Formats: sequence, C-alpha cells, structure tokens
Amino acid sequence: MKRYSIFSLARNAANYHKDWGPVWRSPEPKAEYDAVIVGAGGHGLATAYYLAKNHNMTNIAVLEKGWLGGGNTGRNTTIIRSNYLQDESMAIYELARSLYENLSQELNYNVMFSPRGVLMLCQTEHELRAFKRTSHANRLAGTEARMIDRAEVKRLCPIINDRDDCRYPILGAYYQPRGGTARHDAIAWGYARGADAMGVDIIQNCEVVGIDQNAGRITGVRTSRGEIKTTKLAVVVAGSTTQLMDMAGVRMPIESVSLQALVSEPIKPVIDVVVMANTVHGYMSQSDKGELVIGGGADPYNNFSQRGSFPAVEHTVTALVETFPIISRLRMLRQWGGTVDMTGDRSPIISMTDIGGLFVNCGWGTGGFKAIPGSGWAFADTIANDRPHPIAAPFSLNRYMIGHSIDESVAAAVAH
Amino acid sequence: MLMITCPVCGAEGDETDFHCGGQAHISRPASTDPHNVSDDAQRDYLYIRNNPKGLHREMWMCARGCGKWFHAERDTVTLEFKSYYGITESAPPSSSPNPAASKTTKKKSAGR
Ligand SMILES: Cc1cc2nc3c(=O)[nH]c(=O)nc-3n(C[C@H](O)[C@H](O)[C@H](O)COP(=O)(O)OP(=O)(O)OC[C@H]3O[C@@H](n4cnc5c(N)ncnc54)[C@H](O)[C@@H]3O)c2cc1C
Ligand SMILES: [Zn+2]
Repeated sequence: MKRYSIFSLARNAANYHKDWGPVWRSPEPKAEYDAVIVGAGGHGLATAYYLAKNHNMTNIAVLEKGWLGGGNTGRNTTIIRSNYLQDESMAIYELARSLYENLSQELNYNVMFSPRGVLMLCQTEHELRAFKRTSHANRLAGTEARMIDRAEVKRLCPIINDRDDCRYPILGAYYQPRGGTARHDAIAWGYARGADAMGVDIIQNCEVVGIDQNAGRITGVRTSRGEIKTTKLAVVVAGSTTQLMDMAGVRMPIESVSLQALVSEPIKPVIDVVVMANTVHGYMSQSDKGELVIGGGADPYNNFSQRGSFPAVEHTVTALVETFPIISRLRMLRQWGGTVDMTGDRSPIISMTDIGGLFVNCGWGTGGFKAIPGSGWAFADTIANDRPHPIAAPFSLNRYMIGHSIDESVAAAVAH
Repeated sequence: MLMITCPVCGAEGDETDFHCGGQAHISRPASTDPHNVSDDAQRDYLYIRNNPKGLHREMWMCARGCGKWFHAERDTVTLEFKSYYGITESAPPSSSPNPAASKTTKKKSAGR
C-alpha cells in the first residue's frame, strides 16, 4: 500500500496526478478462503479490515454483487451520534463514534470525520421529556451530550426558525457536541484499501446465489463467478438479508423498505451543525460542497425498488421549510433511495446462527452508517472466536425468542 | 409512487390516500391454542416476516375514502398492485411464488 502523506501529495502534484494508481486489487476469486463475507458495504468491509488487523485472518474474501460501497453506505446522509437510549445501544454506537475520531489516522485515508455537533430538536412537550430521559440515561453511561434551550439552539444554528407562532415551536434540543458527519464513500474506500493491503480479496461483480452446508455446517457459497469453499460465512447485505439467509433456510425478523435523501443546489455555508427534527420528520446538514443534505422518514411499505417516492420528498421538505425558512426558494439537485433492513425493535442484529459457521450482521435500518467501525470491530471478533463479542452479544437473533428486545423506536423517530 | 384502487369503494389514489397494514395472514398462535404456544411460534408471530423480493400479500386501508380494510398482492420491486381481495378472504391459492420459492431454496441447500 502506498502511504498517503504531504510528501506523496507533493510528489504526485509534480507529475500532474497521473501516477496515483489503483487503490485496491481486483483479484480473481480463489477456490477456498478461511472466511467469506458477503456484501462490501461499510459493515462488511470494516469486518474484513478488523478480521485481518485484530485477528490475523488474512485469507478471507469480501464478495460484492455490484461495486463496493454502492449499497446504503454510498447512499446515506452520514449522521454520526451515539446518544441512544438503551445501554446496549450506547455501548456499540459509542464504540463506533470513538473509533471514528481517529479513523483517518488509523486507515491513512481521509474519511473527513467532522464532529460538528448534532442537535435533536424538541418540538413537543412529549419529545422534550423523552429526550430528557435519554440525556439522563446517557449521562449515567458517560456519553457526553446535554439538553440546551432555545436561545442556545439559535446561537448554534442561526438560520433556524425560533418563533413561537409556528405549528411546532422549538422548546429546546438534545445536543451531542462530538456527533457529526463523515464522508460516506471514504468509509467504504478507506476500509477497502486497508483490508486489501493486508491481503483480503475484495471481489466485486460477484453475486452470491446459493449457500452450501453439510450436517448443519457451512461448506461454501455459489456465486456468479463460481463456487467458493469456506467454513465461515458472514452475511452483511442490509436490504437483501432476507433473500441471502433464505438460501441457508433461515427466516429473518427483517422487512426491507425504501429510505431516500436529497440535496439542494450548492450554496455558501449556512449551517455548521446537524439538525434533526423528529416530530416533523426531517433533518438537515450541509456538505463541504455546499449542498444541503436532507432526509426524512422511510416509506411505510416493503420496497426493493431502491428509489424513493415523491410524497416522502414533499413531506420532508414541507417540514424543513418551516424549520428553516431560508431554504424555501432553493432548488433540489439530486434525490435517491436505498433499501434498508428494518427490525421490529429498530435495533441491529449481530449474531451467530443455528448453522455452524454462519454469521449475520444486519438490521441497521435507517441508522447504521454511524455504527460501521464498532460493528465491524465486534463482528470480526465474533467470527474469529466463534462466540459473541460482549458488545455484540445483546444483539443476537436469540433476543427475539427470549423477549429481550432493544427498543430504539423512540430514539430513531426519523431515519438517520 | 404507488397507484392503488380501493376494491371496496373504487377510490383511486397513491400511498398518501391509503394506509399500509403490513404483511397479511399472520395468525396469533394464542388465539388457536392458548396453552400451547411455543417460544418459536410466538417469536415468528411477533417478529418474523416474509419480506419477499417480488409478490407480497398485504393489508391496506382506504384512509381517505371509505375507511375499509382490504387485502392486496403487490410486487415489491415494480411496486405494482397485482390483485385485490376481501379482508375476510384467505390467501389466494398459488398466485404468490414466494412461499414456494423459499421452500425450493431450502430443499436445495439441505441436499448439499
Ligand atoms: C437515504 C439513506 C440515508 C441514511 N442516513 C443515515 C445517517 O444519516 N446516519 C446513519 O448512521 N445511517 C444512515 N443510513 C443507514 C446506513 O446507510 C446503513 O445502515 C448502512 O450503510 C448499512 O451498511 P451495510 O454495509 O450493512 O449495507 P450496504 O452498504 O447496503 O452494503 C450491503 C452490500 O451487500 C451487497 N449485496 C446484496 N446482495 C448480495 C449478494 N447476493 N451477493 C453479494 N453482495 C450482495 C449490496 O450490493 C451492498 O453493496 C441511511 C440510509 C439511507 C438509504
Ligand atoms: Zn375505499
């Protein structure tokens, strides 16, 4: 791996940037690997990276039916925060957020982590009380976040409508100063480059079409590029989880729905925090290019079309125009959708299964970008040691059987 | 965007005019035999969903029309409504490929 530095930048600038070269290999699949990961999104690639880095498992492959990072990882609005309500969630999201802090140095790749602060507005008495409860829970767990009043909201975000005469006046906000954003593609690319450098084969345009097992143990996968033998298979395919697990005969507590986002035309900097307005279903931040990045709720029906619907755009934008009146005359530049994997308790699944050697990581739904480093870390440990990592253990499939759901449906009122 | 026609009153509209009630024909195990509900059956009832990529049987409600519930078969990829049937009717026999398809996959992998 060519290390990036100020000197490599200068050297390449002198050559008019003609000699950078490919950042990862495009190897042919081998006949057999020690472990195979299906899905080269952020979670699959982070899992591969930490398997190689923390557990010395380098004879492994990541199989991707399209291009790496082309799923939800490359379609999300990149909000990162860890102020969730339940202890189990705080543990994994805070592990992830803290890994984000040094990820650019760790990967020698600029992931543009920007801890610019995340504001979750309180626009009803009920929401105010709910966030106060979350803030107490977070304080007990040592997560740094606090309640702020309307004046401080206005100070942090001057373009916000702080008047009393609107439908949902701002009563305050729950503020995580070290939350923020990162570059979505860079997370996929940075982990891919790091994993590739340690010998992991990332095989794109390779769709898994069947899963083979013998006497209750995984023996390999069938792909569009031939059969590959392995005894450890990790399925990390977000919206396609039901279909993949069906190949192994495992039924999943997942429903796939469409979540969309949009950006405005680029403008001068107007907002340097992330603002989420859960009651009215909208959130907004500004990218380095100047586009306002806007998202809202998921479409309320099963959907594999990988695109969003017009009513959802209308609903989100209506809400945000009242929250940020200055955006009312902006034009929309792009809109897109992803197929997200929703669980009944709105918490992810990081789990072993009844089939030996079959692992699954899914159910991140509308909010898994923020979790990528922590999820990859804990899942790699689970795969390498054939037992759940302590942080992953509460997220096992078994929780739906024993009734230990991890309910985050309040914390995740809008999609993020 | 969805294009939906209410089979009860004939109203036409999109997803803002109708309400999706999710997967159809889920039965509560305790309603049939309250003393013999296994953990598996209760889990399946509460959490496990078909989630097919293709034809899906769902419940819908005509929210801005007659207010009645009905059943529909909808393609989750093209988003087309393929057929409608009454809310008290059971699933149509074979038009849905999904349960069959998943069974074949299961057989295939078990054989290996
Ligand atoms: C519009 C939108 C906005 C979002 N905003 C946020 C946000 O602000 N903050 C946040 O934290 N999260 C957000 N999310 C959620 C976040 O994007 C996801 O939770 C996360 O990216 C999931 O990553 P993943 O690696 O699990 O899945 P993906 O990135 O979807 O990767 C799965 C991969 O599996 C591949 N695959 C599928 N089937 C097969 C097969 N048969 N064989 C081989 N490969 C296969 C796919 O091609 C895909 O590349 C958002 C999502 C969307 C859609
Ligand atoms: Zn009607």
